[in-house]
Amino acid sequence: MGALKKIAEKRNAFRHFRLERSEVSLQSEPVSQLFHPASNALARFTIVGVLCGITALSTWAYAHFRSDYFTHRTLVQQQPIPFSHEHHVSGLGIECQYCHTTVEVSSYAGIPNTETCMSCHSQIWTNAAYLAPLRESLRTGKRLRWTRVNDLPDYVFFNHSIHIKKGIGCESCHGRVDKMPLMSKAHSLQMGWCLDCHRDPAKFIRPREEVYSMGYLPKPSQEVVGARLVAAYDAKPKTDCYTCHR
Amino acid sequence: MPVLRQLDPLERPSVIGENVRYDDVNLRIAGIVTAPTPKGWLIGFGVAFLFVMLFMAAVTYLFARGIGIWGVNVPVAWGFAIVNFVWWIGIGHAGTLISAILLLLHQEWRTSINRFTEAMTLFAVACAGVFPILHLGRPWFFYWLFPYPSEMQIWPQFRSPLMWDVFAVSTYGTVSLLFWYVGLIPDFATMRDLARTRGKQMLWGVLALGWRGSAHHWKQYQMAYLLLAGLATPLVVSVHSIVSLDFSVGIVPGWHSTIFPPYFVAGAIFSGFAMVVTLILPIRHFYHLEDFITIRHLDNMAKILLVTGLIVGYGYLMETFIAWYSGNIFERFMVLNRILGPYWWVWALVVICNVMTPQVFWSKRMRVNLPVLFAASLAINVGMWVERYMIVVVSLHRDFMPGAWGMYSGTIWDWSTLLGTFGLFLALLFLFIRGVPMLSMAELRELVPSPRKERK
Repeated sequence: MGALKKIAEKRNAFRHFRLERSEVSLQSEPVSQLFHPASNALARFTIVGVLCGITALSTWAYAHFRSDYFTHRTLVQQQPIPFSHEHHVSGLGIECQYCHTTVEVSSYAGIPNTETCMSCHSQIWTNAAYLAPLRESLRTGKRLRWTRVNDLPDYVFFNHSIHIKKGIGCESCHGRVDKMPLMSKAHSLQMGWCLDCHRDPAKFIRPREEVYSMGYLPKPSQEVVGARLVAAYDAKPKTDCYTCHR
Repeated sequence: MPVLRQLDPLERPSVIGENVRYDDVNLRIAGIVTAPTPKGWLIGFGVAFLFVMLFMAAVTYLFARGIGIWGVNVPVAWGFAIVNFVWWIGIGHAGTLISAILLLLHQEWRTSINRFTEAMTLFAVACAGVFPILHLGRPWFFYWLFPYPSEMQIWPQFRSPLMWDVFAVSTYGTVSLLFWYVGLIPDFATMRDLARTRGKQMLWGVLALGWRGSAHHWKQYQMAYLLLAGLATPLVVSVHSIVSLDFSVGIVPGWHSTIFPPYFVAGAIFSGFAMVVTLILPIRHFYHLEDFITIRHLDNMAKILLVTGLIVGYGYLMETFIAWYSGNIFERFMVLNRILGPYWWVWALVVICNVMTPQVFWSKRMRVNLPVLFAASLAINVGMWVERYMIVVVSLHRDFMPGAWGMYSGTIWDWSTLLGTFGLFLALLFLFIRGVPMLSMAELRELVPSPRKERK
């Protein structure tokens, strides 16, 4: 008890000293404890939480902007006719160029006109219900409005013919079309994906005679074939901005 | 800073007023924050806020229409935005110099003005940082400037000084903010202890980060402050050097010069101190801070203006000399075109404001004459803006091929954006003055002269 009293006295003496010195009203008073002792833990938790939050957000952003959900890879679009590449390519064995006629000579591969479809379908499946829009198109002369699946942004100047000429197969970008009952993108078509090949075409290049093949397997291996073909075809893709963005 | 104080403070004249007592520091500086809002403040803030609105309008219209609303076009593709950027970022440099280098050099007089100038630095960097982003054309892609693992799988061009700018300015902003905040912690604690209501106590308490003022706290604090000062010191030199490389890496005559980094740094400190003087004179007057920001401070700042002004003048002289000495006809034409070309008035203003004006500070009478000091600082502020106009616009408007020459002038939107950033800067400054202690109470308390009776 005696010790406590002494402390109290000392405290009071100190307080008097302070009050004497302060002639002004603006003097700090002893403040009672403002924050709960748990505040320290909360503060630390906040710091750790913010760091974790930033990490989580970055991870999410990294994954999200590469996800199929964002890039629409594998997404099947609504089409006027449920056209099956699987049936026409692997089932019937129709060449790519039979429909996509300008792929070797133009930037644009070409979407077949109604007459091309009708070269067969005037003979077979002439009454099929889901071909009604096709017959309608022939009658009215209004073309079918397909929804573009592999759609690059308008500021990208892509050219099909040069890719065919340098030995890049349809499959490399469009995937196994022969296994797609309904068409969807096989790749993200993001710029990084383009650059994967533009920076090292040897990984993807194939002999010109195999350009239209589906399920092509390099023999003996892509390393051997790739290096040889890059030299043979003089495949020197550029990575300058203005190669694709003009 | 106690560690940095002179061993015997009686050996040197007091930095602050002789009659300031220990209690006065808290009373008069914290009092500015705790007192009711003065009418003058409301008017000042209101006017500044109007200009903030002008800024918002100009920026909104810019986003809607693109940078075609500005005066920039070939050949002058860099106009007001870059001039303003360089000018604002230069102004910030005084704050960093005062807080970092003068601290390490034991210049006690910095104590009265460091908080204020650090705030000025922060707000100037904020105003500066806006311009390169607005100038991007597609400002919403500004994050492409940062090297992040993007799905495009390309990095920004690391060999470009514009890229270095991003790092220089963002580092500068971050370190300045940290420095400013760390300096404020003991003062936040003082404000907390002075606060009467629970809400205010909590608010200041959170900001004070649990500061109790124990010896241990002070020891840690001083080390942190010193380390930050060490970190900030290279920034005084690096930021404006890198800004100058934006120009000198290019081959345009008037830009392509090795003198640029030191010449820009001196110019930055020159304009920064001019801005400090411009701002501190009215504040000192309206808030009666004559005891804390004494004639000695103003005298010192005027001397710095004189020295940096001379360095800048030397830079002009060297540019002119090298244009002749190098024998390069384009360089020579650039100098002649500056002086005699259609923008001759720009050059004349630069020489009058930046070279002639500071010469008055050779005289002590002029250095402590407040109207002269104020007028000179205003002239230097204008002069330094015009100098950047000379470097950016006048160099570009007539470069190599006469067929590609052209003239440039800012449009109403250029001027609105510039005036708008004045508003932004001043509005932030008004909020700062009203919201936090604008001088460092903790540091000023250490400079209080000992009472007379003890000073036998």
